[in-house]
Amino acid sequence: MLLIILILVPIFGGLVSFLSKNNSQLPALGASLFTLAATLFSAFTYYNGHTPIAIDLTWIPSLGANFSLNINSGLQVLMLALTAIVFPLVYLFLNNKELENKSTFYGLMSLAQAGLMGVFLANDALVFYIFWELALIPVYFLSSMFGGENRIKVTFKFFVYTFVGSLLLLVAFLIIYNHTSNHSFAWTSFVESGKSMSGSMQNWMFWLVFLAFAIKMPMFPFHTWQPDAYEQSSTPVTIVLSAIMVKMGLFAVIKWLLPILPLGVLHWTNLVTILSIIGIIYASCLAIVQTNIKRLIAYSSIAHIGLMIATLFAQNQLGTQGVAIQMFNHGINIMGLWLIVLAIEKRLGTQNLNEMGGIAKLAPKFTIALVLISLANIALPLTNGFIGEFMMFNGLFQSTSPYHIAFTVVAGLGVILAAVYTLGMIQKVAFGELKNSQVVFADLSINEWIVLIIIMGIILWLGFYPNVLMSLVS
Amino acid sequence: MNAIVISALLGVVMMFAGLLFKDSKQVQWAALIGIMILMGATIFDNQIISTQGSKTYFNMIELNSFTSWFNVLITFCAMLYFFLFHKQIALVGRNEAEYFALMFFILSGVFLLSSYSNLLILFIGIEILSIPQYILAGSDKANVKSTEASLKYFLMGSFSTGILLMGITLLYGATGSFDIMSDKFTAQFIQVDGMSSLAIVGILLMVVSFGFKVSAAPMHFWTPDVYDGTPTAFTPFMATIVKVSVFVAFIRLFHFSFGSVSHAWQVTIVSMIALTLLIGNVTAVYQTSVKRMMAYSSIAQAGFMLFAIFAVNATSWKAITLYSVSYTLASLGVFAVLIKMKDYTFDGFNGLAKKHPVLAITATICLFSLAGIPLTGGFFAKYYVLMAAVEQGSMLWIVVFAVLMAAISVYYYFRVIMSMFFKQGDAELIEQPTTIEKTLLIINAAMIIALGILPSVIMK
Repeated sequence: MLLIILILVPIFGGLVSFLSKNNSQLPALGASLFTLAATLFSAFTYYNGHTPIAIDLTWIPSLGANFSLNINSGLQVLMLALTAIVFPLVYLFLNNKELENKSTFYGLMSLAQAGLMGVFLANDALVFYIFWELALIPVYFLSSMFGGENRIKVTFKFFVYTFVGSLLLLVAFLIIYNHTSNHSFAWTSFVESGKSMSGSMQNWMFWLVFLAFAIKMPMFPFHTWQPDAYEQSSTPVTIVLSAIMVKMGLFAVIKWLLPILPLGVLHWTNLVTILSIIGIIYASCLAIVQTNIKRLIAYSSIAHIGLMIATLFAQNQLGTQGVAIQMFNHGINIMGLWLIVLAIEKRLGTQNLNEMGGIAKLAPKFTIALVLISLANIALPLTNGFIGEFMMFNGLFQSTSPYHIAFTVVAGLGVILAAVYTLGMIQKVAFGELKNSQVVFADLSINEWIVLIIIMGIILWLGFYPNVLMSLVS
Repeated sequence: MNAIVISALLGVVMMFAGLLFKDSKQVQWAALIGIMILMGATIFDNQIISTQGSKTYFNMIELNSFTSWFNVLITFCAMLYFFLFHKQIALVGRNEAEYFALMFFILSGVFLLSSYSNLLILFIGIEILSIPQYILAGSDKANVKSTEASLKYFLMGSFSTGILLMGITLLYGATGSFDIMSDKFTAQFIQVDGMSSLAIVGILLMVVSFGFKVSAAPMHFWTPDVYDGTPTAFTPFMATIVKVSVFVAFIRLFHFSFGSVSHAWQVTIVSMIALTLLIGNVTAVYQTSVKRMMAYSSIAQAGFMLFAIFAVNATSWKAITLYSVSYTLASLGVFAVLIKMKDYTFDGFNGLAKKHPVLAITATICLFSLAGIPLTGGFFAKYYVLMAAVEQGSMLWIVVFAVLMAAISVYYYFRVIMSMFFKQGDAELIEQPTTIEKTLLIINAAMIIALGILPSVIMK
């Protein structure tokens, strides 16, 4: 029942938000806070003794599909916690901001949360697939309704890309399902069925499954929708996209690909690793030359995700644990960065880095948050980003691939490049000459400051004391 | 059996209703009461069959549990259509009683097609179904496009009827029987090697004539012009209820009688699927009128339904039931909104969400269903047809091809959604929707979602 609440409460909050005329943020905020409490409760239940929480209801018996949810791994706990943390913080940050079509916005945001929770909870392939698609629909509407000039076109490109991937995933699931001995969609049956497929079959099945995830993450060269979509969506929606939705892809690889098609994964490991490492370097270089702050962060996200993919395919315990930790931390950090961008947008009305500068003098609180979160984004020790990145490089180095040294070295370049573009960004935004002297840059308001303090608190807490995460994922 | 008789009788009654009632409202009420009686009759039939088992009448008609249940569902859809469109039907011309009468005759043809066990009944059913449609297509006499649609449909339709007759003749020549259930008939279709060339050509001719009626490529050329030219009140009836019932006739013959020799005709069906999906989807992308887009979309959807013919297994029967109902409900919902619009182009829908949120949201749910988004009936409909093909085991590439085509379909369905929700504009309606119409649309959308959550409720 607890797990169903995690999905139902946001849906309910969303529906109330749709119908309410004024103060439509309250139902969404209330639902998200309640969800946060329920998530933390289930996280502690799981944490104290590692007992899985599961629910299994008969849904379509003739298909062998059950409405089956569970929390069975630290990764799931982390992803649920991330989702549960991001939404209330975004709502809180937006609290005193003008918004058109407020009730639609909050309604759709809540529904998106419900979909995302479902993806991370699902333990039945059909349930997983349905939530996977459902999470997309509210985000599609959000991105198309709120955002930049080209948003409709760009969002549609994003939608079609991911939809193609999803449909191929559906075919793959149908084939795996048809191959199960007991005609069931349960995760365990899928693992057994996938493993029993012949090597050559797994080799082509791999792409049917992986394409959907690769597009969502996104992995080079399937990333082309991402910078445009991030740039054109309104920033709160970008947060949902980049902090949580891209994690769906990584999460799905860990749960629905690696254990199910092991031979296929092994066969394509080198190709995928090479592609993702190209992605790291390529995206980092592009990030350096961006003048639009949203595009810069978008490319930086591709680079970070690239390292996570490469490590996942190295397939060793340390690396995979590092990825799980980094998925959570990257979500927190990138949310912080986007909130900073949102604050700049609201005050300066621009995303162009060349029109910014000198904010540090006017807004010390803002600058503290900017610097700390940016440093966490480049994985400085004593921030939360460090531990995950350290474990990932360690894992990548221990990969059984004959090219593991080359992989690690080239991927390591990404860290240096990350420092280049991130520090460049800090410099352009906060320091130097004040570009537009007419602009009065107000420092953070109380609600913004509280949200960023919470984020910085998480960054430092997990930076000093990463053991919390370690014991959860081991 | 009651349903067949009552639908034919209701057709006759409706013709006289035009004489009896001078007021158009009264005629509409008579039709609505008529369809409710018919609904009762199909439920009654279904009750009899489910308690007493399959029944054969005169060695011509065989009602089994699938057929009688399908009749209930299709009559329900027809009832929904009547309730949603009765006002617009009456507005098409002066002879509203005749339009309703013709539609009752069509329904009688539908029941014959879903339950025939003899090729002669198949032929009569197809004709009873088709001839009233030629008239309905041309019912807007002042409109040249309507007349063109009628003539085109009639000429092409008669042509395909000729092919159907030729096919039946050859099958009779090969087997010496019209009765598709008889041993004499089925004995000819046990394995591909033993088949006479007469039988093979006969089967192919049947594929062609059925393909024509369900607008499968390359026999689809009449569809866009006919669906576009036909008064908008009749297009949804032709594109949904009529079309899906021909599919039931199709699957009945091909799975019951030709199932064991599927290798002889599957390649033809697969090529038809590929061509239909490609032409339907790609051409739909280039349309500027939503009505014409829906015509091409109906071709594309037929491509998916053909999967149920292609895959000879039990899943196909479930798939065809679910696909029929969810496709019908979704199309009816879209057309019910379309018919209210002043401008049928995509731009005509700009800004509808702001002015009429109920129309926009229900239409969106219907379009989601047509595109196959989860939590709508359309998702499970596509799921089942693809599942049937995967179970079949051979030619998996066509499944991958089909989902790629489904991705294209998102483009044109979502164009309507984009116009309604994201574009600025002043979507003008012919008339304001009444509360009853809005309620019906909401009920329709709710049923589509219910099918997306529990598809098994309508599958026997």
